[in-house]
Amino acid sequence: MERIISVLVENKFGVLARVAGLFSARGYNIESLSVAPTLDPTTSMITIVTAGDDRIIEQIMKQLNKVVEVLKVVDMTETSYLDRETALIKVHTRPEHRDEAIRIADIFRAKIVDSSSATYTIEVTGDVDKVEALINMLKPLGIKELIRTGRIAIPREAKPLSRRDQQTAKA
Amino acid sequence: MKKSGAEIFVECLKEEGVKVLFGIPGGVVLKLFDVLHQQKDVEVILTRHEQGAAHMAEGYAKATGKAGVCLVTSGPGMTNIVTGLADAYMDSIPLVAFTGQVSTSLIGNDAFQEADNVGISRPCTKHNVLVKDVNDLARTIKEAFYIATTGRPGPVLVDIPKDVTTNKAEFKYPEKVSLRGYNPTYEGNKHQIKQAAEEIVKSSRPVIYVGGGALFSDAPDEILELAEITQIPVTMTLMGLSSFPGTHALSMGMLGMHGSYWSNMAMHHADLLIAVGARFDDRVTGKLSEFCPEARVIHIDIDPTSIKKNVHTHIPIVGDVKTVLRQLNVILRSLDGNQKELKEQRRPWWNQIEEWKRAHPLRYHQDDKVTKPQYVIEKLFEITKHEGIVATDVGQHQMWAAQYFKGSKPRTFITSGGLGTMGFGFPAAIGAQKAYPDKLVMCITSEGSFQMNLQELATAAEHKLPVKIVLLNNGFHGMVRQWQDLFYEGRYASSYLGKLPDFVKLAEAYGILGLRALKPGEVEPALREGLKHKGPVLMDFHVDPFENCYPMIPAGGAHHEMVLEDPPDLRKAQKGGAAKKKAEEGEGVLPA
Repeated sequence: MERIISVLVENKFGVLARVAGLFSARGYNIESLSVAPTLDPTTSMITIVTAGDDRIIEQIMKQLNKVVEVLKVVDMTETSYLDRETALIKVHTRPEHRDEAIRIADIFRAKIVDSSSATYTIEVTGDVDKVEALINMLKPLGIKELIRTGRIAIPREAKPLSRRDQQTAKA
Repeated sequence: MKKSGAEIFVECLKEEGVKVLFGIPGGVVLKLFDVLHQQKDVEVILTRHEQGAAHMAEGYAKATGKAGVCLVTSGPGMTNIVTGLADAYMDSIPLVAFTGQVSTSLIGNDAFQEADNVGISRPCTKHNVLVKDVNDLARTIKEAFYIATTGRPGPVLVDIPKDVTTNKAEFKYPEKVSLRGYNPTYEGNKHQIKQAAEEIVKSSRPVIYVGGGALFSDAPDEILELAEITQIPVTMTLMGLSSFPGTHALSMGMLGMHGSYWSNMAMHHADLLIAVGARFDDRVTGKLSEFCPEARVIHIDIDPTSIKKNVHTHIPIVGDVKTVLRQLNVILRSLDGNQKELKEQRRPWWNQIEEWKRAHPLRYHQDDKVTKPQYVIEKLFEITKHEGIVATDVGQHQMWAAQYFKGSKPRTFITSGGLGTMGFGFPAAIGAQKAYPDKLVMCITSEGSFQMNLQELATAAEHKLPVKIVLLNNGFHGMVRQWQDLFYEGRYASSYLGKLPDFVKLAEAYGILGLRALKPGEVEPALREGLKHKGPVLMDFHVDPFENCYPMIPAGGAHHEMVLEDPPDLRKAQKGGAAKKKAEEGEGVLPA
């Protein structure tokens, strides 16, 4: 089963190598990986998409926690979360395909961020289904180049129960 | 007043109470050695190979429980200690390794003797750091010792570039360590501990299974108390040996691949397993799907990753073994109290274990022609009255030492368990001897393992470290030959050591006493003479080249599937030394 694991780490050199090395040394796969500093410049957030059964995920979480520079590990998939990914897709645009490319981009609320005589570069942000749906739609036009950021995720703010629900819960 | 990095380095070692470090100098660490040379608090033991330095530091750490320290130069100096780091990582040995690095301005330039020390050691250290600024040096060293010795211990590497040793900074040793991401759990969960106590009282066929964590947590007293108040038999892993007195009535000796028949049978039939500072290694568990099929499992370990890694645990308790056992024992004392009653309750279980023990005790047959390796070890422990510290190498002799060594004092059995490093034993014995100059320290080794680090004979001779080397010489990589006999139709592929040195002359070449025993009758006199000698001794015992180590769980087998002796056709094939002759000629022993 696919999991998104957020790893808050100290922003020091070698930390990413240690985290990534932990996956490779134990034969766990990384499907996507994204790293960037957080609000606090001394820490970075690593978002890892991986897969495995409960036992493997439990080991991954524990092993990550063991790394000295790792401050916090959260399995996003255990909570309610939002995940997003950005892709830049460069498609071939023969004259007869240009309208089609623009239409498809529109449907997905994607933007054309660069154009040349032979290509459009389309930027799309969304959850993984949306990004993949767009890629599939564009394939018939001919994709010249494709680059994806890997996923990032954030927990949804816990929604307070309505007053009525609270009363029901109490009863 | 500002101090150079090298001066800060030595001050830090003093602050940490380091009395001795093992190492070899080289280009980028000259300044460190120069400062070490001009003081008396930290003694430097010059080894003959960096691997020896790492294993000596390990031996020192295993014997004392304190961090072992080694210091080597960049490039090859560092790559030579990698085996020691990996060994310490597998066996959770507190080791602080200092490596030299080329100057910060040269890092990444493929400079002379440059290696990516931090990159190379990353997968085999608990933690490692490159110190880029002399102002960070003291704090980094403080943290290195703290990380190496707390939680689940392990090796920490500190990489120090040459310019950091010469640059100057204000020296102030930090009093406290604060690491945001490192807070080992020492206290166990009270609720879980209570549950464990209830399970223990309820169980009728319990086993306590003790690993090396018990020694690092300094918990032998607590284990003894637990076993005695609950009347539960104790079995130990290779790393756990000496955490519970081997001669105690409740001791079942070692379990696992070459463990005792009765301890493995007890594991297989147990209804409750109390795992204490152990990690369910494959050499212990055998076939995982048939491991302890009837047992509920309580697992006490300071490292959460060890819990549920290989075996499902019903009651996990993350915490320091000593602390948790103390809490557990308090509850257990209040719960039952009556030892006599418990003894009665466990009577059928004990009778069963005794029956297994009677059926298949550890055994070998000693005649008057060829010395059996087990005989040498038994004699050694008879003469020494099971006193002293034993370090072993890896292979058959290691397993025999584990089977026949029934030491009663903690930290007296030093061996390479997880990594199985041949060449570990002798330098580890030197390290232990350095820690305890007045104690009897023995190295049980074999001609195969010993030759992997024999250069340290010079170190032992130079520092007059009176290690007693008991070399069981069978002319083979014995464990390899055993597996070839059992699983490769007796084809001795590269396991026969065709050309061996004259070990007595070798010892003499280093100025060490060498003794030899060719026949069983010569064993005891040689041991007595060797043990009486004041300095280091190398005793070369020529033993049966075809003795195999039993009992044995074949790889992939379960605890109740032990092989107890050689298959009959194997003995026939080896009869009359024909096998050795064939081995010399590069042929197999068994008919194809």
